[in-house]
Amino acid sequence: MSLKKISVNNQDVFCGADETVLDALLRENIDIPHACRQGACQSCMVRSLQGSPPAAAQEGLKDVLRHQQYFLACMCHPQQDMVISISPPADLFTEAKVIEKRLLNAETLLLKLECDKSMGYYAGQFVNLKRADGLSRSYSIANNRLHANKLSFHIRRLAGGRFSEWAHQELNVGDSIAVSDPQGLCYYLPDNQQQNLLLIGTGSGLAPLAGIVSEALHHGHSGDIHLFHGSRDMDGLYWIEEMQQLAQQYANFHYTPCVSRGDAPQGVAKGRANDLAMTMLPRLKNWRLYLCGHPDMVHQAKRQAFLNGAGLQDIHADAFHVASATLD
Amino acid sequence: MSETNVTLYEQLGGEAAVNAAVDIFYRKVLSDHRINRFFDNTDMDKQAAKQKSFLTMAFGGPNNYSGADMRQAHAHLVKNLGLDDSHFDAVVENLAATLQELNVPQALIDQVAAIAESTRADVLDR
Repeated sequence: MSLKKISVNNQDVFCGADETVLDALLRENIDIPHACRQGACQSCMVRSLQGSPPAAAQEGLKDVLRHQQYFLACMCHPQQDMVISISPPADLFTEAKVIEKRLLNAETLLLKLECDKSMGYYAGQFVNLKRADGLSRSYSIANNRLHANKLSFHIRRLAGGRFSEWAHQELNVGDSIAVSDPQGLCYYLPDNQQQNLLLIGTGSGLAPLAGIVSEALHHGHSGDIHLFHGSRDMDGLYWIEEMQQLAQQYANFHYTPCVSRGDAPQGVAKGRANDLAMTMLPRLKNWRLYLCGHPDMVHQAKRQAFLNGAGLQDIHADAFHVASATLD
Repeated sequence: MSETNVTLYEQLGGEAAVNAAVDIFYRKVLSDHRINRFFDNTDMDKQAAKQKSFLTMAFGGPNNYSGADMRQAHAHLVKNLGLDDSHFDAVVENLAATLQELNVPQALIDQVAAIAESTRADVLDR
């Protein structure tokens, strides 16, 4: 077997027949995180920028990582020349205009943008929104893939949140804003339509989940789809009627709004969204999960889901870490 | 090949056996009230990968086990959270129960337990 050329950061490294990509990079003193060298720890995960990596180098990775051509350098004996990236790519931004702005509830804003070009995103991914002075924040895309250049976001107003205050008060229809390339691995792929889905979100964590539900239903997903949306009280919930309507329209879609404090009116469950979901669905073997919102909820739900039988590879999570003090 | 040339790792079923065992083992550990507090703040994906490396080692498989790494990784638990022999015993117990659940013969379970046992001094930092 001949040498294969590995291009990384404008440098070419040659990989011998008995070498892995990791061996070759380390031999040339290229700095790459690594540990177990046997495909277990996944610390040497890198991304192919040209073509698919060998299947053996993707074993054990989440489907979304395989889909984005990530692979383990320690398990990769290249079959052909490769171009790879060790560090995450720099953010590329597209210009967009605000086309709609309205409140979903007292604290959450629906913001719709029309981008200059269509964006290659998957339902559930997020982008960074950047205003003219460079201040930027991550927000999940709340729609499905059918509107390639129109993106919606749910922007929760946070006490002392510089970006969210500005978006709520000063940003207007017609204004410009920059949108980064879509990122994140908490998204829907229509590759296993029979699989049951459980989606749990708190607050504006509903945004990516609503996009995923809409995308799944659009693809004719045949497994059960259970959505739990939680907040502290009724003021934090939104889109209740829209989701109830969707549940009437699709027999396999089930929606449970939840409030953890105060009174729960008819049709709303009392308790934390993750606790209610885990009690109602104690057996999650072979289910796929999407968890979005408060970091504590995401952390807890991940553990609960795993103990209820879900495989870690099937648990997709997006914890909303915020810059300002309050998020509930 | 005679029976004696087959390694423990091969007798157990190699990587497939590790994959079958890792989720069962990690679920047992997280459900065990004697020890699950040590895992309250861990990233589950990273922890599962570490569990897989540990099981591969305990199964006699290919590994880069380093006593120094093991010592360093657990030192703060010994110092701040009181990690001691009783907790180590509980982990070994969960490991044996995992293998029993997978119908592994007792003679092989004993060998795995012995390899796990060899890490005790490193894990407990003494």
